[in-house]
Amino acid sequence: MIIPHPLLGPRDASEFVYLGDASLIDRPDPRAADALQQFHDYLYLRDNPAGEHRELWFHEHGDRSWLVVTRNTLTHEITAVELAKKVALERGRDR
Amino acid sequence: MTGLERLPGGLVDRNRCIAFTFDGHPYLGFPGDTLASALLANGVRMVGRSFKYHRPRGVFSAGSEEPNALVQLRRGAYREPNTRATVAELFDGLDATSQNYCGSLRFDLLAVNDLLASFLGAGFYYKTFMWPQALWERLYEPVIRASAGPGRLSGDTDPDVYDRGYLHCDLLVIGSGPAGLAAALVAGRSGARTILVDEDFVMGGRLHAETHEIDGQPGGAWAGSVVAELGALENVRLLSRTTVIGAYDHGIYGAVERKTDHLPDSKGKPRQILWRVHSRRAILCAGAIERPIAFGANDRPGVMLAGAVRTYANRYAVAPGKRVGVFTNNDDGWRTAVDLAAKGVEIAAVIDTREMAPPVDVTSVEVRMGGRITTTWGRKGLKAITLATGEKIAMDCLAVSGGWNPAVHLTCHQRGRPIWRDDIAAFVPGTGLPVGMAVAGSVNGSLSCGAALREGHDAASAIMQDLGIGLAKDALPAASDESVAVMPFWRVTESRGRAWVDLQNDVTVKDIQQAHHEGYRSVELLKRYTTLGMATDQGKTANVVALAILAEHGGRSIGDIGTTIFRPPYTPVSIAVFAGRSRGKAFRPTRLTPSHVWAEGRGGTFVEASGWLRARWYPVSGETHWRQSVDREVRLTRSGVGICDVSTLGKIDIQGEDSGTFLNKVYANGFAKLPVGRVRYGLMLREDGFVYDDGTTARLGKTHFVMTTTTANDGLVFRNLEFARQCLWPGLDVHLASATEQWAQFSVAGPRSRDLLAKIVDPPFDLANDAFPLMACGTVTVCGGAPGRLFRISFSGELGYEIAVPSRYGVSFMAALMTAGEDFDAVPYGVEALGVMRLEKGHVAGNELNGQSTAKMLNLERMISRKKDCIGNVLSQRPAMNRQDGLAMMGFRPLDRSVELTAGAHFLAMDAEDRMAADEGYMTSVAHSPELGYSIGLGFIMRGPERVGETVRAWDAVNGKDIPVEIVPPHFVDPQGNRLRG
Repeated sequence: MIIPHPLLGPRDASEFVYLGDASLIDRPDPRAADALQQFHDYLYLRDNPAGEHRELWFHEHGDRSWLVVTRNTLTHEITAVELAKKVALERGRDR
Repeated sequence: MTGLERLPGGLVDRNRCIAFTFDGHPYLGFPGDTLASALLANGVRMVGRSFKYHRPRGVFSAGSEEPNALVQLRRGAYREPNTRATVAELFDGLDATSQNYCGSLRFDLLAVNDLLASFLGAGFYYKTFMWPQALWERLYEPVIRASAGPGRLSGDTDPDVYDRGYLHCDLLVIGSGPAGLAAALVAGRSGARTILVDEDFVMGGRLHAETHEIDGQPGGAWAGSVVAELGALENVRLLSRTTVIGAYDHGIYGAVERKTDHLPDSKGKPRQILWRVHSRRAILCAGAIERPIAFGANDRPGVMLAGAVRTYANRYAVAPGKRVGVFTNNDDGWRTAVDLAAKGVEIAAVIDTREMAPPVDVTSVEVRMGGRITTTWGRKGLKAITLATGEKIAMDCLAVSGGWNPAVHLTCHQRGRPIWRDDIAAFVPGTGLPVGMAVAGSVNGSLSCGAALREGHDAASAIMQDLGIGLAKDALPAASDESVAVMPFWRVTESRGRAWVDLQNDVTVKDIQQAHHEGYRSVELLKRYTTLGMATDQGKTANVVALAILAEHGGRSIGDIGTTIFRPPYTPVSIAVFAGRSRGKAFRPTRLTPSHVWAEGRGGTFVEASGWLRARWYPVSGETHWRQSVDREVRLTRSGVGICDVSTLGKIDIQGEDSGTFLNKVYANGFAKLPVGRVRYGLMLREDGFVYDDGTTARLGKTHFVMTTTTANDGLVFRNLEFARQCLWPGLDVHLASATEQWAQFSVAGPRSRDLLAKIVDPPFDLANDAFPLMACGTVTVCGGAPGRLFRISFSGELGYEIAVPSRYGVSFMAALMTAGEDFDAVPYGVEALGVMRLEKGHVAGNELNGQSTAKMLNLERMISRKKDCIGNVLSQRPAMNRQDGLAMMGFRPLDRSVELTAGAHFLAMDAEDRMAADEGYMTSVAHSPELGYSIGLGFIMRGPERVGETVRAWDAVNGKDIPVEIVPPHFVDPQGNRLRG
């Protein structure tokens, strides 16, 4: 596969490490009353879609960016690639 | 025959002859021959035995689809089994042998299987080798293994070099027949970066096998002139002897180029190269593969595909027989009779299954329209055939054509499914082609030469326009649209005896019928039950005939049944080419510590740890056992001073205003308030609450920390920190850099370590206990000005320091430390002594941080700060991970001080049965303690802290040990820590 890196252009998938569902960005609030349940769901419950999937890739043999890649799990078509940091900031994560 | 008497014409070079051997007999051929064409020219008809029944078999095809002619090439470590003689290029001294027989090729003892055929039908293995179970290991499996797999590997290391490489192009053209050449010509003349690939050693595909005319010249000559033009273009790369084995994602294709397979000696050059071709677009021009017709005893040497017979005659100038018959259901088969007759070969008869007037006027040839062959004659080679009418016709070669199957394989590698076309009675590429792939020519079902040229030309023109590459004005080459009319005919129902469908796996019409009868009606199940379409040829000639028979019995159409899924590779690939140069030591780089050269000079023995080569111990003269060396290193360190290279520990440089806040989030314990100039032990959890890693982190400045990780987790911790920084807390001002390889770091430990460092660290730096106490750190200069970092930390439990200098000083700094330590009898120590001392001190290491341990188990639960959030904080509070009666790390010592403990032993109560149900925990690490003089261990045991003084058994069934041990606190040496504070 070729992953179009938003900063570095098309890069071979072998330069990357795969993590999984981009929902891992949405780490729950540890102060919530049901934090234990929320963390359980965050860590162990994942969708396994046949089709479009937003997922995290790490450019380990490159610039060390974490990327959110939107990939079709049936065809491997990649329709969007964003810097995970930008996605995290947009989703309200901060410090 | 001598092998040199040939028909007129052809592509062999008659100016030189080549000597080769087959099964030890010497033969002659010409450059341009394959092993198969040379054997046929020498009159060798029987070249192998079939897989299951050990039936005599001869050359069947002229390409990579060959099911029969599998041979071994070369000798010794160079031996290469299961090579198809039809694609093996002849070279001087080629040493080929036949395979799959017991005894000799002509008198094969296992041919008895043929007489037992009625017991060896479809699913024979599954039905026979069922019981008694006791016979499996002793009888069935050895027998099956001995008779399975036609060829034999040498068992030696492959001495050849293999390589891997990358190629990039605008257009990849796969196949160099008329469609491929027309496509490459358009792309090449337009200036597109073009790669043209063909598995053959001569480009041109079937143009050399046929007698087509293009633009008024013979097809082969036209191909030659096009290849010459393409070869002269800088933007075109021609790869002959190269097979595209798979179509992968995003326009990537795998291709294996055979660089020196055709040479007697590769002379150090790569034997083969695995290319990873990145293409913007591709045109598949893979052509079509002829299929046979099933009839009685259709497997004898001499029964061949009709197109292959033409190839041997036209391209290799070899007549595969003296009297050749043709059996066909289509017009194309007639070309064989026409071409061979034109070369002066006697045609016995043309038998056409169709009831109609002969489509071609072949004067003075016997024609049997509506004819059907029921059986053949000749034990080790064809002698005659019998028709359904009872007529017997003598011939020594029968050219069979059941029509042509487009080679759709690569179109299916992304789960595309081919579709059935009734008009040509064949599957053609359907939907779901790999992105960017177009098809042209025979593979698209356009079987005439003229149509192939048109489609290749048009497909490339469309792609050039699509890619925005200016199109050169080009005339379409002109050729005839010869008739390829076909009337489906799959098998002769009146056949006498067995009618073969899959020659390689000995699957007959009856086997398919039986499998269907037994319920194996899905094509995937049929394949696995009968072995149809398995092994080296993957059913390239057999599959569609089998589907037709399945269709006939199930009342379904062939298109509805569909094909099995085609997966890469297209043809067999040597494992060696996948490995490329990544073999042995080159499999992955070996990391050397900065003082490696010094350690080698000192005679150290080395061990590989997480990719690093680390000094294990340093034997001195008189020591005969590794324990002597390790015990000495520990003793001298604890009594004087020892030095160990610990550069392999991960080092991560952390800078930024929010570095302290960041560390608070990734470590379980607090770091934000760590003063500048101090070091702290840090415990890292996974988000699931289990312990992940540990290490020390030093604060060198207000906004500057240096973290250490375990050697094994260096890269992983860095990756996770980047995840935390970018994805979880992107608003923090914090930056990371790996510094593992930038610093050479040494542990200097023992009561004299301060004295030694006083001679190394430049004044006026004060090393006194008050000025630089335990857990202090600072920036220093050493040896008269070299930059360094000093940390007062101890893994050994002694007064100890770690001192770091830039990596390039590693060797000289180690030497300087040793020189400075001469007055104190300083010793270098290796990782074994390091391990012994940490165990004596009760420090955890990888054996205890095994991914299953909680902070509670390690007696570290109080380190998890509940005043702040951190990765793993919430889930580490799960009740099951904090049970009072759970496992806890303890120390263990044998009641009999003379026995050696073993790691991995399980703890059982003294009176418990030897069963896992009675398991109470396990030993993680053991070592001989020179300080105590006996074997000690660390391990996890239930309710450990309450059980100090209790005796349990350390039961190790693997090593046959059952040792009573006493449970003790895990700190064996200096539990109060007086030494390290001194």
